[in-house]
Amino acid sequence: MAWLPKRETRVLVQGISGREGAYHTEQMLAYGTQIVAGVTPGKGGEWLFARIPIFDSVREARHATGATVSVMFVPPRAAVDALYEAISAQLDLVVCITENIPVRDMLYVKRLLALSRTRLLGPSSPGLIVPDQIKLGIIPSQIVTSGSVGIVSRSSTLLYEVAEALSARGIGQRACIGLGGDTVSGTHFVDVLEFFEDDPYTERVVLIGEIGGVGEEQAARFIRERMTKPVVAYIVGKYSPKNQRMGHAGAIIEGEIGGYAEKAEALRQAGARLAESPEAIARLLA
Amino acid sequence: MNLHEYQAKAIFARYGIPTPSGMVVTSPQDAYDTARELEREVVIKAQVLCKGRGKAGGIRLARTADQVRQMTEAVLALTINGLPVHKVLVEQSADIHQEFYLGIHNDRAVEQPVITAATGGIGMSISASRQTGKLAREVIDPLLGLQDYQVRHLLVSLELPRPLWKPFGQIAHQLYRCFDENDALRAEIDPLALTRSGQFVALDGTLIVDDSALFRHPELADMRDLHAETPQEMRARALGLSYVPLDGEIGCVVNGAGLGMAVMDMLRAAAVRLGAPSVSLANFIDIGGGARADKVIAAAQIVTSQVGVRALLVSIFGGITRCDEVAHGVLQAINALHLHMPIVVRLAGTRAEQGRALLAAADLPNVQSVTSLTEATESAVRAVQENAQNGVAAQA
Repeated sequence: MAWLPKRETRVLVQGISGREGAYHTEQMLAYGTQIVAGVTPGKGGEWLFARIPIFDSVREARHATGATVSVMFVPPRAAVDALYEAISAQLDLVVCITENIPVRDMLYVKRLLALSRTRLLGPSSPGLIVPDQIKLGIIPSQIVTSGSVGIVSRSSTLLYEVAEALSARGIGQRACIGLGGDTVSGTHFVDVLEFFEDDPYTERVVLIGEIGGVGEEQAARFIRERMTKPVVAYIVGKYSPKNQRMGHAGAIIEGEIGGYAEKAEALRQAGARLAESPEAIARLLA
Repeated sequence: MNLHEYQAKAIFARYGIPTPSGMVVTSPQDAYDTARELEREVVIKAQVLCKGRGKAGGIRLARTADQVRQMTEAVLALTINGLPVHKVLVEQSADIHQEFYLGIHNDRAVEQPVITAATGGIGMSISASRQTGKLAREVIDPLLGLQDYQVRHLLVSLELPRPLWKPFGQIAHQLYRCFDENDALRAEIDPLALTRSGQFVALDGTLIVDDSALFRHPELADMRDLHAETPQEMRARALGLSYVPLDGEIGCVVNGAGLGMAVMDMLRAAAVRLGAPSVSLANFIDIGGGARADKVIAAAQIVTSQVGVRALLVSIFGGITRCDEVAHGVLQAINALHLHMPIVVRLAGTRAEQGRALLAAADLPNVQSVTSLTEATESAVRAVQENAQNGVAAQA
């Protein structure tokens, strides 16, 4: 599944006129991302930085510019509409940076995604970066270097920590992908592991998980059954009390589901090497 | 947001789910007056947002109105799991023939709502014979809602007698509507009792509402029990910061919940290595991306104001957040809050060197600036250890 965008990928930004949208558009442009359009309902016809045309709808933006990917900075109340719009415009990929989208809205979005051709990364995702090629979202570009390690993480900050630690030791990355820490997400570990496994440019994989949900257990099954490339896993929340939300909406041990021990054990048995800290990951990869 | 039993039941009742007659009261006299209008025996239930009400003596059965008054007085005097009882639900008791569980929650694995029905209550308040009971689940497509055939699957699996199909099915549909229309993350009736006269009645209820959806439910937002929150939680919520209370002695400011959990885990490991296994985080607060000095000050105030906090650990990975801005915030917080406790600051990423230079220039005896997470967590543990020894020495 070749869904990872490339240097040439044409990108639009939903919610481009907001403070965050405009700031990060500038950052993405500086990295070389081909941002060809913005979408802000009511601002069609205006321009951002005198070079990015703004449209009232995703459909218009897509027709006029050939954009196939969206990065979304729309506020949570408007996010479900913006997601429906992106799906109906048949974009290939939507990277949703927006946090605090109601779960019920995401349940509907998930069902529509299943009936569509669109892939969603997020919500609450920092986006993804393919070093020296393309940046979609808000991952700080100075911490990544080009190489062959694929990183996938639920936590944004830990993704940054690990990417920087690897870069500092001369270990470059094929791609850094943030899934977001919500209870309902467009893309899961398994989707990204499948990509890394099939991708000729990826040699090793780092998986950064946390308590809550079953994504790590599903990843473990995939690693056991399908993966040939080495995986280093780091799971946080070992000492989390039960039934307490640990800052991310999805980081909660509910009854017997989502605990640290099961996740760590499943990954270990699947053949992944387990790190005890972000700093230990580089050692295990070396 | 977790609603009280009386709030959940009031909302259930709006959807037609039968609930016992009764009233929530705040005084023994109101309880007495309520009880006089009820028939049969009366149940008195403490309204606190925690488990273990029954064990703590917060649920009682009274035979007369005078008993209701006495027992309400006793229950209102209770503190259950640290939460004082401010409200009591006075309710007519039920003549129970059989108990069921009926609940809907969002399932993480399928990312769709799942309805679960079981014979015997399976919750915490009434732990009936779960092992021997029957249990059935159906995944609900949110685009379609709960379908009749799915309800029939539940009824057949539970081997419910046919005359009960209609009333039970009706409650299942009502509960799903309630779940869906209120942006619930979980809606449970536990137990759903079948009385000897053949009526269903919801004896206890749980309704957890999605905080992110409260903007479209102002009436639910107003139901938040401010008594159930600590001052730290209240202040963090007002500032839009995510705050996680734990029970150790080190207050912690991070940017990112994942980093907060990483620090929590690494600190425990460091404590074990350094021979102080009881040392752990008291809390952590996530100041998010791009925080300025004022946010750092507010966050430091919240985490250090928790009772029992003896050291502060600030761990920031600067992406959008600038570490020099964080350093300014830490220094200002020390001044404004008169923080004399040991403070360990670990800055990495954007403008970390400038941040560390600011801390070094301030040259404060209680501030330690480090670069790695391992150093940060070990230094924080040592600070608490030394602090404890000094405390002992000072007392001697």
